[in-house]
Amino acid sequence: MREEIIVSGRSNPLIDPHLEIWEWQIPSYLFLGGLAAGILFFAGLYTIMKKEKEYKTAVAVAPLITPFLLALGLFFLFLDLKHKLYFWQLYTTIKLESPMSWGAWVLMIITPLSILWGAMHLKTVFPRWDWKYPLIEEILDFFGKYKMQMAWLMTIMSVILGIYTGILLSAFNARPLWNTSILGPLFLTSGLSTGAAAIILMSKSHAERLTFAKIDLMLIAIEIFLIVHMFMGFRASTQVQIEASKLFLGGEFTTIFWVFVMGFGLVLPAILEVFELQKIKVPHQIAPVLVLAGGLVFRFIMVHAGQISRWLY
Amino acid sequence: MRYAMAVDTKKCVGCSDCVVACQTENNVPIGYCRDWVVEVTDGTYPQLELELRSERCNHCENAPCVRCCPTGASFISEGGIVKVKENKCIGCGACITSCPYDARFVHPRGYVDKCTFCDHRVKEGLNPACVAVCPTKCMYFGDLDDPNSDVSKVLKMRKSKTLIPEAGTIPHLYFLI
Amino acid sequence: MANRRDFIKISALTTGGLMLAGLSSRNAAVFGQNITYKLPADLKRTPTYCEVCFWKCAGWVYKNESGEIQKIIGNDDDPACNGRLCPRGTGGIGMYYDEDRLKEPLLRVTDSAGKQTFKPVSWEEAFDFIAQKMQKIKAEHGPECTALLTHGSGGDYFGRLLKAYGSNNIAAPSYAQCRGPREVAFIATFGEGLDSPENTDIRDTRCLVLIGSHLGENMHNGQVQEMSDAIDRGATIITVDPRFSTVASKSKFWLPIKPSTDLALLLTWINVLIENGWYDKDYVEKYTYGFEQLKAEVKKYSPEWAFGITTIAPEQIRATAREMYNASPAVIIHPGRHVTWYGDDTQRLRAVAILNALLGSWGRRGGFYRNEKKTVNHHPMPPFPKPTRTWRDAMGDKFQLADLALANGVCDATIPSVTLDCHIRAWIVNGTNLLNTLPDQKKTIEAIHNLDLMVVVDTMPMEITGYADVVLPECTYLERYDSIRSLQGREGSIALRMPAVEPKYNTRSAWWMAKQLAQKLDLKDYFPFDSQEEELDWEFKQLGTSLEEMQRIGLRRYKREFDDLYYAPGETVEFMTNSGKIELYSTAFADQGFDPVPRYTKHEEPAPGFYRLIYGRAPMHTFSRTANNPNLVDLMDENTCWINPKVAKEWGIQNDQYIWLENQDGIVSEFPIKARITERIRFDSIYMVHGFGHSNKKLSRTYGRGISDSQLITRVHVDPIMGGTGMRGNFVTFRFDQAKKQEL
Ligand SMILES: Nc1nc2c(c(=O)[nH]1)N[C@H]1C(S)=C(S)[C@@H](COP(=O)(O)OP(=O)(O)OC[C@H]3O[C@@H](n4cnc5c(=O)[nH]c(N)nc54)[C@H](O)[C@@H]3O)O[C@H]1N2
Ligand SMILES: Nc1nc2c(c(=O)[nH]1)N[C@H]1C(S)=C(S)[C@@H](COP(=O)(O)OP(=O)(O)OC[C@H]3O[C@@H](n4cnc5c(=O)[nH]c(N)nc54)[C@H](O)[C@@H]3O)O[C@H]1N2
Ligand code: SF4
Ligand code: SF4
Ligand code: SF4
Ligand code: SF4
Ligand code: SF4
Ligand SMILES: [Mo]
Repeated sequence: MREEIIVSGRSNPLIDPHLEIWEWQIPSYLFLGGLAAGILFFAGLYTIMKKEKEYKTAVAVAPLITPFLLALGLFFLFLDLKHKLYFWQLYTTIKLESPMSWGAWVLMIITPLSILWGAMHLKTVFPRWDWKYPLIEEILDFFGKYKMQMAWLMTIMSVILGIYTGILLSAFNARPLWNTSILGPLFLTSGLSTGAAAIILMSKSHAERLTFAKIDLMLIAIEIFLIVHMFMGFRASTQVQIEASKLFLGGEFTTIFWVFVMGFGLVLPAILEVFELQKIKVPHQIAPVLVLAGGLVFRFIMVHAGQISRWLY
Repeated sequence: MRYAMAVDTKKCVGCSDCVVACQTENNVPIGYCRDWVVEVTDGTYPQLELELRSERCNHCENAPCVRCCPTGASFISEGGIVKVKENKCIGCGACITSCPYDARFVHPRGYVDKCTFCDHRVKEGLNPACVAVCPTKCMYFGDLDDPNSDVSKVLKMRKSKTLIPEAGTIPHLYFLI
Repeated sequence: MANRRDFIKISALTTGGLMLAGLSSRNAAVFGQNITYKLPADLKRTPTYCEVCFWKCAGWVYKNESGEIQKIIGNDDDPACNGRLCPRGTGGIGMYYDEDRLKEPLLRVTDSAGKQTFKPVSWEEAFDFIAQKMQKIKAEHGPECTALLTHGSGGDYFGRLLKAYGSNNIAAPSYAQCRGPREVAFIATFGEGLDSPENTDIRDTRCLVLIGSHLGENMHNGQVQEMSDAIDRGATIITVDPRFSTVASKSKFWLPIKPSTDLALLLTWINVLIENGWYDKDYVEKYTYGFEQLKAEVKKYSPEWAFGITTIAPEQIRATAREMYNASPAVIIHPGRHVTWYGDDTQRLRAVAILNALLGSWGRRGGFYRNEKKTVNHHPMPPFPKPTRTWRDAMGDKFQLADLALANGVCDATIPSVTLDCHIRAWIVNGTNLLNTLPDQKKTIEAIHNLDLMVVVDTMPMEITGYADVVLPECTYLERYDSIRSLQGREGSIALRMPAVEPKYNTRSAWWMAKQLAQKLDLKDYFPFDSQEEELDWEFKQLGTSLEEMQRIGLRRYKREFDDLYYAPGETVEFMTNSGKIELYSTAFADQGFDPVPRYTKHEEPAPGFYRLIYGRAPMHTFSRTANNPNLVDLMDENTCWINPKVAKEWGIQNDQYIWLENQDGIVSEFPIKARITERIRFDSIYMVHGFGHSNKKLSRTYGRGISDSQLITRVHVDPIMGGTGMRGNFVTFRFDQAKKQEL
């Protein structure tokens, strides 16, 4: 028998018996970031493609909520900080090596962008809206001229934000479960998928919903493919990663992962979306709600399982 | 200058004096610790082996905790000592997550704390508190670049290992085996 | 019998308003978290010697700029610690900061409803009460009907008080529950005991044999340090222990002996050495007496015979005997320290002494050196009255060879019996938690119930304080002066303990208490000085220094005055035995009707389903005295029950599961204990660290954590030679609920 114990009585809160430094705040922050990135990506994309008319929800309606999603995300990040009064120190340094740092900066850029975008499209959504202050109108008019450039910037930034939500975790070599380069694309895909789901939920246009159902179907397929690859990667890797993947393959996260993330979060909505494309009648809200819930659960368990996974020595 | 420490697992008795000494030297609040002692038993009675290790921050040359710190609160100071600036730290926990050795913790005041190699003592030419107190004298400290330092000498004389070298952190805490 | 002296439950220990809420946990920070780093030179330091165990390392107490104690470190000049305290000494700071400490004198009172409680009283009231009771006992029964049970520094002063008052019943648990058998065995063999610190020359040894002596867990500082040096120098360590102790893991040979059979191994080793001529012939020839009798007596103990008893393979026995011989005379068969195991302990230690004699290690480099010690002279005072009776009267003619008083003997002498014309009626208990220290708690409690007066001097609300009539709160060693520490060793040394800070709460030093009591008892001539400083200064001046100088240097060493550290080749040595030689055959034992050469005796074995209860030390705790120390609780907050995986499997016990233990007499542990499933323990025994399982709720950090081995040690195997209390002949089984408890 092998027995490994700490004999000096160490039991540091948040570290022992295993890391528990990130609770609900960080996964929620990642989820909100991914969701906002997804929405803004499609808004930017369809603007660039000049399809604002056909995709009104994607371009004009859905982005209205992104400033709130991002602000809430940032607030959650703030809640996670243990030394809150020093929050501002995040913006005294740019450290490219630190995903936490460039995430903060990406948010610093994309949040005002999303506010601006929302403001610009407010009138499309609420035609009777009146800004009251002419200055605001002037500013919006000014930016209106650069809408295309803004769309490009927004698309690029949203991809970075989406990838960032994965890289934040995968940068941690110390946690074998996160230590995979698939996590960036995977979280991006998942973020886009939740973005698409949000658009479906909000859209009143059947055509728009159908397009996004197709997009979502494709994204889910990519996601499943990436997840399968991630596990295959783990199984073929070092002992610590094999151990880490066991958390999902028989370990304590098995049920929640396979039933709630894979089953209810990916496969079932995919089936429902196929039904929808086949014109089989199901309430169209079910699939996107499942996707959103699945995306949230996925982030929670990745963050928690990752903290449990560790190097063996 | 590259400070390093070597702990002789053959002499350590697991008494944890290094842990209390660190607590009283560095005002580490009760319930927390910058160093700790691990005991590993292998085998079946009566064919047994036991290893005792006093562990702490490895002051990694390639320190992930420093790389991932968004504010620069974690930094590499003189002699390769990895430190945290309390009033720059936002307590985001990234460094804690990034350390494969679980060497950092959140101080009850909110910032992240860890072993400093007692640089306040080292500056004065003293050994770190844990090294100075150890009743079995099983710890050695010094500059790897100085061939005459205790640590350089003992590493030359004895076989040693580091923990999780695969993680690529290049630890500066050696265990004599 | 009426339970006159109920154990007072803690709620009543002091007035409600003064109590700190019991919510303090192990995580509660006890001292201000001052982050500024200060260097030693910036801090104010005062000398002390440590009181967390009885090795008495000298050290320095450092304070921070606000005058709070920050840390304690060893004194570099001290031969006992060489500048390095052990974890308990380093964590001694927690003794001072422990907010559960005793805070004021307490007096047992019975309220109108008949409920007993402690009432806080002034020192004056407390002393008046004690003095009045003691005067009464003196008048009615004679001063001999009082006893002092003590372990620790204050004992010097209370001892002086008691002797002046007219009693010689002064006992410490460090004798009959600890090293007594060893002292008697070595006195019988070499004419002198080992005392403390032991004169083992571990630093220079080539082979160290440890028989159940778990150095490294037994954290007696100097020995652990020297053992580490010996490891560095490549010395062989041979460990005999049923448990894979820490030092077993550092040993070239670990002999996983069946517990209670050590004497078989020792006698076999003696036989093997003699048979093979592996002994120091010149030394034996020149210094010893009774070789032929020894040789004849041990002939029957062959390694093959021993295998059947000890489970140690014959080749192992021969190989280790050879190893010892090869290293001789730089070999130490370590006598151990806590040796009251099975009742034949004096004979087991005789075998140890004989082995050392055969290998010629006594008085030789790497074996046992010759001790040197500075005598501290006290100021002249009137002679002590001669007591006409002592605790020995209760013993019949037993235990004549005991060279110190037996704590358990004092218990016996307190319980009235027909053969006893007068039993002991008052105890002063200083710094010993008798309930957890003496085996057979029932008897201790019975003795206590027979007392007219029990005074407990302590720093903490321990189990023993719950039985007191008067509780006198002593300040901790960091807040007081104490008697001069004069330590034996390779050279003599003296050290000063002085207060680093003012006493917290309403606490006082033993010196002050003893002096006040002496005044009340008209014995003030025995405390001739007005202050302890003056007394210490006077004594230091006799030693060629002064209090003022000692306050600066803390410790002083003296060059050897008499002989050399080791016997010179061919030196004639006069041993203090009857024959003037090292007695392989003990004439003193023969005179008393005991085996002059040890003989193997068989001990009872556990019944099916039962396991031998063995216990020992954890390096970070001292008995029960540190169990509530915040710094040390942080390192270890409960003891665990070590169980071999095979046994655990049989019983379906999981690691970290809480279980109860029940002993052969149906006693169930008061609390549950966490199972530690480990290969490090034999399948026929379970192991735990002594000192846990506290039942006093006032000990907020340790109450109910782990269990007390003492509670399960109800069967005592008394050593017929010196009265030591063998404590390892108890067997336990596992229980998954505490049901049995209710029936009792
Ligand atoms: N079951 C069992 N019994 C044993 C042993 C065992 O291993 N198992 N070991 C035996 C041995 S080897 C020994 S030496 C004895 C030791 O026996 P004890 O010396 O009785 O041991 P402790 O339980 O530490 O009790 C010490 C008491 O002193 C108090 N105290 C601490 N500091 C001070 C102080 O400065 N002043 C005063 N006045 N009081 C103080 C503590 O609060 C505590 O109540 O126990 C023996 N009994
Ligand atoms: N940290 C710490 N150090 C201490 C103390 C303390 O309280 N804490 N107390 C000090 C005091 S006063 C004393 S007396 C010493 C006691 O220290 P030792 O003399 O070393 O103590 P023991 O209790 O005799 O030894 C315990 C060991 O004996 C083993 N053992 C049990 N039964 C048997 C047996 O039948 N045969 C053999 N061969 N081994 C057996 C146990 O497995 C355990 O390893 O420690 C001193 N040092
Ligand atoms: S003080 Fe020394 S012997 Fe004790 S645990 Fe620490 S390193 Fe080991
Ligand atoms: S051990 Fe951990 S905290 Fe220390 S330098 Fe290495 S990664 Fe950073
Ligand atoms: S917790 Fe503090 S030190 Fe650690 S990464 Fe965050 S800011 Fe840097
Ligand atoms: S070097 Fe100093 S800070 Fe680090 S563990 Fe040792 S005593 Fe603590
Ligand atoms: S051995 Fe440890 S506890 Fe005992 S006196 Fe020395 S420092 Fe204090
Ligand atoms: Mo003892």
